[in-house]
Amino acid sequence: MRIVVPGRVETHILSGMTERMHFEHNIVGGDFTRAGYASSQVKKALKTLDVDMAIIKRTVVATYEAEVNVVAHACNGMMIVDIDGSTIQVVIQDEGPGIEDVEQAMVEGFSTASSEVREMGFGAGMGLSNMKKNADSLHIESEPGKGTKVEILMALDGREEVRSKK
Amino acid sequence: MKVKEIVRILDARILCGEDMQEYTVEKAFASDLMSDVLMLADDNVLLITGLVNMQTIRTAEMSDILCVVLARNKKASREMIDLARDGGIILIECRYSVYQTCGLLYREGLKPIF
Amino acid sequence: MTVGDIVQALELTVYCGKKGLERRVTGGYVSDLLSDVMGHADTGQVWVTLQTHKNVMAIASLKDLAAVILVTGHKPDENTAHQSEEEAIPVLGTHMSAFDVTGKLYELINK
Ligand SMILES: Nc1ncnc2c1ncn2[C@@H]1O[C@H](COP(=O)(O)OP(=O)(O)OP(=O)(O)O)[C@@H](O)[C@H]1O
Ligand SMILES: [Mg+2]
Repeated sequence: MRIVVPGRVETHILSGMTERMHFEHNIVGGDFTRAGYASSQVKKALKTLDVDMAIIKRTVVATYEAEVNVVAHACNGMMIVDIDGSTIQVVIQDEGPGIEDVEQAMVEGFSTASSEVREMGFGAGMGLSNMKKNADSLHIESEPGKGTKVEILMALDGREEVRSKK
Repeated sequence: MKVKEIVRILDARILCGEDMQEYTVEKAFASDLMSDVLMLADDNVLLITGLVNMQTIRTAEMSDILCVVLARNKKASREMIDLARDGGIILIECRYSVYQTCGLLYREGLKPIF
Repeated sequence: MTVGDIVQALELTVYCGKKGLERRVTGGYVSDLLSDVMGHADTGQVWVTLQTHKNVMAIASLKDLAAVILVTGHKPDENTAHQSEEEAIPVLGTHMSAFDVTGKLYELINK
């Protein structure tokens, strides 16, 4: 079966076997009208696969926070989604300023958001802790001056433990 | 509280989801910061906000929030309404401030999340 | 009604700015967008928000607001506390959410 994800030219289905899905989306830094498009596609895809609603919500809240972070804090990014029978892996990577101190950034309330970003409804410094709360596993790698890579892993079978498949 | 009661209490305008007015929200939450909204784990939540942009709708979509009241007499754009309709979200515009909107709905018995 | 009356009725924590508890309250304003508060809040209103950073006090003072209520357990940062004392505008706190505390505030003011 080939699963076609509704979407625009950014959507590439690279493999489409049963219960296996791979797709990628561009994320444009600074473009708040488009932020959330990639996560919306993830939500639609997970619905077609009949994934549990609670898992869908936790997944897309985490990916959306990561997507908005690229829009708010970085220049250009990419969301790469892999779904197989047991796990959802979402990697959000960007070219941007990176995060100087990831541990500090994870603290609830810490934010370097500009006043423009605050007026868009973001910048409370809650995104990363929210991602941590919702993801079964969260990995953040960041190189100051270069960019950031966020990996979100979700177990489909209710297991909370998932291992990074790097 | 049913959506149609909310519309009556706030003397508000439904922008999309007119056919879902029998839908019942259990609790309300008021915020203009979307990460604050994205923290919620509850179902059947009414979101009251003065933030009126595409991310308001995206946030509702991701959090499974089915009813959003846009306060402060702000006008939703055509793109916002289309996105809300696409996501099965009931979008309501009202002329009151967030303060008054909360006050009126609370007085009529709508419960807070916490 | 004064800020002190509201503190008592809603069991709020007074973090700082005690000198301002005698301020008269005319109403409330609920917003987390600073420019919105700049544009639309009125003198004597109590501002309900979860924003804690230092610009909050600058705006409260410019708009001559009666007090700031921080919701869901948020606490003022050091800078905010300092300015609150200087301006004699109390910063109050509650564990209630914005909808909850606003509902109660509205009932109190419109009794
Ligand atoms: N992709 C990124 N690139 C550069 N910096 C980032 C990135 N993601 C997060 N950060 C940094 O980490 C901080 C905390 O991020 P977090 O998502 O928790 O809060 P926020 O985005 O500032 O506000 P909120 O998510 O509540 O809207 C940001 O303010 C920013 O300094
Ligand atoms: Mg964020």
